[in-house]
Amino acid sequence: MATVTLWVGTRKGAFALRADSSRRSWQLSGPLFLGHVIHHVVQDPRAPRALLMAAKTGHLGPTVYRSLDRGRKWQEVLAPPAFPKAGPDQVARAVERVFWLTPGHSAQPGVWYAGTSPAGLFRSDDGQSWAPLNEGVAADFLPDPTVAFGHDPHCVTLHPLRPDRLYQQNHCGVYRLDRPARRWQRIGMKMPAKVGDIGFPILLHPREPDTAWVVPMDGTRVWPRTSVGGRPAVYETRNGGASWRRRDRGLPRSRAWFTVLRQALCGDNQPRPGLYFGTTGGEIWASTNTGGSWRCIAQRLPEIYSVTAALH
Amino acid sequence: MACTVHVASPLRDYTHGAARVQAEGNTLAQVLGDLDRRYPGMRFRMIDEQLRIRPHIRIFVAAQEALTLERPVLPKDSVHLLCALSGG
Repeated sequence: MATVTLWVGTRKGAFALRADSSRRSWQLSGPLFLGHVIHHVVQDPRAPRALLMAAKTGHLGPTVYRSLDRGRKWQEVLAPPAFPKAGPDQVARAVERVFWLTPGHSAQPGVWYAGTSPAGLFRSDDGQSWAPLNEGVAADFLPDPTVAFGHDPHCVTLHPLRPDRLYQQNHCGVYRLDRPARRWQRIGMKMPAKVGDIGFPILLHPREPDTAWVVPMDGTRVWPRTSVGGRPAVYETRNGGASWRRRDRGLPRSRAWFTVLRQALCGDNQPRPGLYFGTTGGEIWASTNTGGSWRCIAQRLPEIYSVTAALH
Repeated sequence: MACTVHVASPLRDYTHGAARVQAEGNTLAQVLGDLDRRYPGMRFRMIDEQLRIRPHIRIFVAAQEALTLERPVLPKDSVHLLCALSGG
């Protein structure tokens, strides 16, 4: 079985949690780039020794670092994502931060995508055209909720073995889309009403397109974005959202207000996938039985922005 | 003839720890371009893709704040690259 390393991006640097072969014992190393804001550290599945890291340092402009030796040494890339120079009648935009990194398809070695703030999607080579895909998604915060775009998707993911199956955790619920359909179905309505279907991340089982996990958060009135009722839980569906099951064994039963950001839930693709999430309170929780039970494997880290798994 | 550039601490990873370096140019844009040739990537951390000085970054030439990159630089001038210290 491959060994698992969790790469943790935090507000104050990057950390690595390396597991033994059983994933019972975890060794914390770091921080790397102490004091830098590390938004995302992602392994290249096409070249597993390579990783990319999206970083911002204080008030300096954003940048991306690359490692070719599993994270031992890092080199800044030659040209981080940047908008084109604006013409006289154009809005002049500048990338403030790169917050999301995704490797391209396995048939496209070397291709990467980067998401930025202000909103931008970059490739490491020439891009392609894009169109809105928001039919069926609620946008009750907008004056006209029927608009073609302006929605608030927190996390959109497609299944690697069924790329026409997409899931979305949105500001306004959990959705599924099966292309060539263009209308999303709100599968989150099957969650318990007292819990709701608001959250940041969504994670798919690596081999089962009908299985997904979400981390519900309180989206009432002023949007605390913490565990509903102070009781953290992960919810699982194994039938594409037709029903959901609460998975909280080992998590605090009360008085625990976790916030799990959209990039802070991941799985490790092992035969029995491990699941992991990091909180803004600096804790990492792990399940090596696909959500059956959880335990805390790291504490007292800085505010966690992202958790990803690398396999070697 | 090169001018002396004083480097704020967040940028010293580029200058291998040096707090003062030399750079050539007749304008601030040229000086920063020369710095970027010597220390690749350094300029983009201070100057965005629209060629604006980034918020919370200040550049002084001969003790006067430079508001644009066209600011002339004389050989005897000192250039100070400053970053705001705010954070938390």
